[in-house]
Amino acid sequence: MRRSTVRRAIPYIILTAIAIAFLLPLAWLVVSSFNPGASTALVLPEKISAQNYREVLGNPKIQSGFRSSILISVTQTCIVLVVAFLAAYPLSRYNLKAAQKISMSMLFLTSIPITAVMVPVYQMFIQMHLVDSVPGTIVFLTASGLPYAIWMTKNFLDGVAVELEEAAWIDGASAIQGMLKVVMPLMMPGVFTVAMFTFVGSWGNFFVPFILLQSTGKLPASVNIYRFFGEHGAVAYGQLCAYSIIYMIPVFILYFFSQNYMSKGFVMTGASKG
Amino acid sequence: MTLSAMEARKQKNKYIKTAFFFLPALLILGIFFVGPMLLTVLYSLTNISLTGAAAQAMEFVGFRNFVEVFKDPKLGTVLWNTFLFLFFSGIIGQQVLGFLVASLMKKKRPLFRKFVGFTIIFGWVTPEVVAAFMFGALFADNGTLNKILGLFGITPVSWVFTFPMTCVIIANIWKGSAYSMMMFQAALDNISDDVLEAARIDGASGPQILTRITLPMIKGTMATTFIVVTLSTLGAFGLIYAMTGGGPAIRTTTLSIYMYQKAFVAYQIGYGMAIALIILAIGVILSLVYVRLIRAND
Repeated sequence: MRRSTVRRAIPYIILTAIAIAFLLPLAWLVVSSFNPGASTALVLPEKISAQNYREVLGNPKIQSGFRSSILISVTQTCIVLVVAFLAAYPLSRYNLKAAQKISMSMLFLTSIPITAVMVPVYQMFIQMHLVDSVPGTIVFLTASGLPYAIWMTKNFLDGVAVELEEAAWIDGASAIQGMLKVVMPLMMPGVFTVAMFTFVGSWGNFFVPFILLQSTGKLPASVNIYRFFGEHGAVAYGQLCAYSIIYMIPVFILYFFSQNYMSKGFVMTGASKG
Repeated sequence: MTLSAMEARKQKNKYIKTAFFFLPALLILGIFFVGPMLLTVLYSLTNISLTGAAAQAMEFVGFRNFVEVFKDPKLGTVLWNTFLFLFFSGIIGQQVLGFLVASLMKKKRPLFRKFVGFTIIFGWVTPEVVAAFMFGALFADNGTLNKILGLFGITPVSWVFTFPMTCVIIANIWKGSAYSMMMFQAALDNISDDVLEAARIDGASGPQILTRITLPMIKGTMATTFIVVTLSTLGAFGLIYAMTGGGPAIRTTTLSIYMYQKAFVAYQIGYGMAIALIILAIGVILSLVYVRLIRAND
């Protein structure tokens, strides 16, 4: 009896230990963000203060980083959603042999490391005069997010019965009306998941804007925060933490609202049926 | 009109519609994704450079860039670093840890599952640069780890300088374990309790159930997860770059970092392209295997 209690406790103990280990680096970030005199060590501040946040939010350079991040990631996510839906619709609805091949090519592209194409992309951007162009960066991020978005959208579309759409057509709805009024509402959880994956991907991306953008005013938070740290050296840890936390809030909010769909999005990469 | 002619027209109609709907995606992917992939092959055979005369007059130099890459005395170290990083953070770290957490979590209280899951998914949500700062501070000379060890009377160690690769690997495990965990959770939930119960009644031990039943039943998931994790680890840049910049010396320089340094710091673009092509080749081969695996599961 007693032995079985111990045995049952072991997984809980191991998991709790892992959870604590995973929370440790985060604890530093949160605690230090409220400590104006923060260092690299996790120490409780003498008094909790929002001074770091005030300074970070009042810094025009940092504000421009956030503006740029929002502009880039929101625009990219919207374009990806629309283009992916258009592309996924025929792949899911029309029973064509080519559609199967295209779906598989999308899956193939999802796993190509973007890092590997950055050198030729930069070369191409020089020739197209797109270096240091925000729209250019958005379009490239769109391309890098599309394969996964198309693949996921197709899987979610497969889950919406064609019969529902056909019923709408019989009732006199056009193809577009059927799409917007019947498919879309049922697809909302799917759209949300795709949006979240796309947004998190571009919001956190460092390499792409690091290579393709140059003017300080255009840099998104990911690169801006790296520069900030470089310029302010090892002194401003408190501000760095506050900056990081503000930077992470949007993805957190998104994660919070789409937790239940998220695992579905993940699992789709490992199985063709969602 | 005959029935078959109508069918044929319908089919043709579908093709036209598909092409029309697919056009925007095709253009964007063709120009900005597949195009650069093909250009890598072309450029890696030239003496292209970003600025100066060679930028205007690009010349075909055959395999000279590759010969240079393979003659480079640093390449061996870089490949070894890449292997260490892939093996320990991707395969051992994320895969084994992901599986361990997923299997321990099975049938635990929902709230507890949620809490542990949250702490691990946190890494996935965290932007790579922020993760780099967090681990930079954890392993810093006056950082949290040395403070904790100090409580036990252990003298501080200069972690990032002494064990740079280990630090980067740990950071990447933290950042990327969520994916494997979720994949394995889904796969383990698919194994019916009846099978496990039957094995237990037949007298199978815990390890036997693991090696004879659980692992064979999730081997499809293991294979696909392995590939996805390997490819994302191969492309990792921001985390390493912001944490160590590839140093000290070249001790954490992986292929991605080396490619960046050659192409954008040393301006040897052709050389950078050749490295990019190596990464791309590994990527293409693994991706093809990946697609096959998924089709086989279908």
